[in-house]
Amino acid sequence: MIVLHVNGEAHSVDVPADMPLLWVLRDVMGLTGTKFGCGVAQCGACTVHLDGQAVRSCVLPVSTIGDRAITTIEAVGRTPGGQKIQQAWLDVDVVQCGYCQSGQIMSAAALLTASPNPTDGDIDAAMAGNICRCGTYVRIRAAIKQAATGKPEVLQTLAPGAGAP
Amino acid sequence: MKLRNHQVTLPGAAAAPPIDLGRRRALKSGGLCVAFLWLGGSGAARAMMNARRQPGDAAAATADGNPPFAPNAFVRVDADGSVRLVMPNVEMGQGTYTGACMLLAEELGVGLDQIKVEHSPPSDELYGTPDLGGQVTGGSTSMRASWQVLREAGAVARSMLVAAAAARWHVDPSTCTTERGVVSHAASKRSLGFGALAQAASTQPIPAAVVLKEAKNFALIGKPMRRVDSADKVKGATQFGIDVRVPAMKVATVKACPTLGGKLAALDDTRARSIAGVIDVIRLDNAVAVVGEHFWAAKQGLEALSIEWAHGANADLTTAHLTDALAESSRSGKAIVAREVGARPAAGRSVEAIYRSPMLAHAPMEPLNTTVHVTADQCEIWVGTQVPAMCVRAAAKITGLPENKIVLHNHYIGGGFGRRLETDSVEQAVALAKQVRYPLKVVWTREEDIRHDLMRPMYYDRISAVLDSGGRPQWFGDRVTGATVLGRWAPEAMGKDGMDSDTVDCAAELPYDIPNCKVEWVRHDMPQGILVGWWRGVGPTHNLFVVESFMDELARAAGKDPVEFRRALLNKNPRSLALLNLAAEKVGWGTALPARVGRGIALGEPFGSRVCLAVEAEVTPQGEVRLRRAVGAIDCGTVINRSSVEAQMQGGVLFGLSAALYSGLTIKGGAIEQSNFHDYRALRINETPQVEVHVIPSNEPPGGLGEVGTAIAAPALANAIFSATGVRLRALPVDRSLLVQDPAALERVAAAQFTVAGEEA
Repeated sequence: MIVLHVNGEAHSVDVPADMPLLWVLRDVMGLTGTKFGCGVAQCGACTVHLDGQAVRSCVLPVSTIGDRAITTIEAVGRTPGGQKIQQAWLDVDVVQCGYCQSGQIMSAAALLTASPNPTDGDIDAAMAGNICRCGTYVRIRAAIKQAATGKPEVLQTLAPGAGAP
Repeated sequence: MKLRNHQVTLPGAAAAPPIDLGRRRALKSGGLCVAFLWLGGSGAARAMMNARRQPGDAAAATADGNPPFAPNAFVRVDADGSVRLVMPNVEMGQGTYTGACMLLAEELGVGLDQIKVEHSPPSDELYGTPDLGGQVTGGSTSMRASWQVLREAGAVARSMLVAAAAARWHVDPSTCTTERGVVSHAASKRSLGFGALAQAASTQPIPAAVVLKEAKNFALIGKPMRRVDSADKVKGATQFGIDVRVPAMKVATVKACPTLGGKLAALDDTRARSIAGVIDVIRLDNAVAVVGEHFWAAKQGLEALSIEWAHGANADLTTAHLTDALAESSRSGKAIVAREVGARPAAGRSVEAIYRSPMLAHAPMEPLNTTVHVTADQCEIWVGTQVPAMCVRAAAKITGLPENKIVLHNHYIGGGFGRRLETDSVEQAVALAKQVRYPLKVVWTREEDIRHDLMRPMYYDRISAVLDSGGRPQWFGDRVTGATVLGRWAPEAMGKDGMDSDTVDCAAELPYDIPNCKVEWVRHDMPQGILVGWWRGVGPTHNLFVVESFMDELARAAGKDPVEFRRALLNKNPRSLALLNLAAEKVGWGTALPARVGRGIALGEPFGSRVCLAVEAEVTPQGEVRLRRAVGAIDCGTVINRSSVEAQMQGGVLFGLSAALYSGLTIKGGAIEQSNFHDYRALRINETPQVEVHVIPSNEPPGGLGEVGTAIAAPALANAIFSATGVRLRALPVDRSLLVQDPAALERVAAAQFTVAGEEA
């Protein structure tokens, strides 16, 4: 039995020691918000936080985690950085297919916590490990800046307050 | 993939604005226009989506919670006033759920925040796109196909709710209004919610004619609206197919013979079965699957198998074999003429070039997956698919069950790009699941996804022009050679003489005024087992790269600026000319740039829209390409969601630039050599330029959107690279070795002798 601290709760799981955290979350605990994209830490869809740091759960053996706190997309909204990022993602209307966005948001939330006012270079460095095949990168950049500054980013079409819900 | 020209005469609606010849032309040809499947086929005509009640509608509404008011296949009003809208097309990121909701809500009189969206059940009858011959989401057709019918569906529902309210109040229905789910009669200050009216509305006659809003009165259409599916997507709560969890379900992962077309010869699964959590090993004739308690066990099991493959006819196949055979077909194959006007002038300056386009994988972020439970009398499927009804037919064939015993639950799609227009992975999952008793979720690894993609075919194009003494083209010739996707996907839909018009889409009809032309296609079938599929932007993505790169070559041959050169040829095409001028102005065409930085421009009329893209790129002395800016101008007819136009252009352009910079599948030993994102690269945020999108408004019916940006990206980039380096790229993806500033320097480095301390190298 391995004890994991996930989203503020302790869970005992009976899984192989080398099983990556991703599959424990998805297939054992039913936390399917964290996504499988490549299995080799190339795409970032599986990003979660370990003690607030963004890590790729698809290559993280569950036995190496120990007491560190695991935060997933399902609970990142309870952290100030995560809440800000999710709100900015809605305001800027970032998502398209949405599959990679759990990982994008986890990476962005970790960035914002570490660097409250990230530069373009900081954003590139923190987000380069997260692939979006829909190509939402332009709005991801805008949303991170908006989350950081609280000021609406100037999008060409989406004025603040426009649209629903 | 284009829509057949399809004019809708809407009873009671304001007369549609006249369709200009350019648009008529853009709609009449098309690769995926399989409409005759039901129009002129041998069987009885199948119904397609309709604003009014259909024979199959009652059963569908009953299965959908039996709401008191369901006037058609799209609108459900519950007694509590909830408004549920059933989406005819699938959402894979392109924003179709938001667009469809806007069309319905505009006429129904509800806010987007008040509605709940539902995936449609499989049904060609209720949710089929007429021009695609069934329930298919593809070819940038969703909004074009549903623009009239969904507004009318909303209007039919509104009209019946209003009639019910007016009858209760004994007032003239025309004095009632609807807004935010409430019918009001201003004069008497009375109002009733849709829920209170639902039962009575259902007994009203379905109106034969409804009056649709005039454009100037639109409350939603044309505005930038936020997506209806974002809230769950930012919380990880959206259910994609891969997220399905069914009680007692097991998880499998699969490996098909890496050699395309090969078979399973022998298998030793002793070691796999000893792995904790492995439950079963299942065989198919060309693949093997390991079932586990979870994906990890299944994957460990798969890696522990000793498999012997019968590699078959493709065992020694390489990319070189394929490209050589393609070139040979171009030289000696029989062409089918797509368009021929006039004759090639004897006099003038002839310019010719050969262009090559590679095989491409789709690589959507969500790996392919299907969950299936086969019992004695039913087959239940959970999947995200662009073709739900086709999946049902495929599953019926495999299980031997009648189609009405196949229950399919569609899901949000984590990227389609054409890959989920195919049923191969669903068929495989059904064939595996029918061998076991429990529900089985089959999840492909990324490696399986790349190695068993149905790839965008390679093309070999011989293109030519004749310029007069003033440098103006008098002749345009294009001999396209490549495989047919349509011929595999819907062979019965091939055109006259076996023509696949997708292969020449955006080459046969140019925006430019060139008096004489001959555009033809040589069909080149790939070896058996090498399957080709639809890939975002389909025919136009390949043809616009070739044609618009070549237009730049012609400009250079004529000694003219690429924008000036195109401008002169657009004298009869004011809408495309306006886009060219706008993009050129916004990118600052003609202003000075640093060394090895260039701008390129490309123009096209794909998917019933018109688009111009300018790209500014830097090429480093080492040959690396850095994207600095992309500026797009689009005329997509009536804009439905302004925000979506921007998002789809940005995303589409980046998808196309990603492919142009990095993507190409290669084959060795009959197997695809690439396997994951390390060797099948995708554009990342640090490589992404700012992408500006400028829209020229129009009152024409909506054009396509999802593939437009992708189709125009590569030529704009190739032209920018030429401008930066003087190197003309006639093949994709970008070959950096051609772009090194001083190739001799590279050779010196490669040939250099290094002395390691203590020994001679």
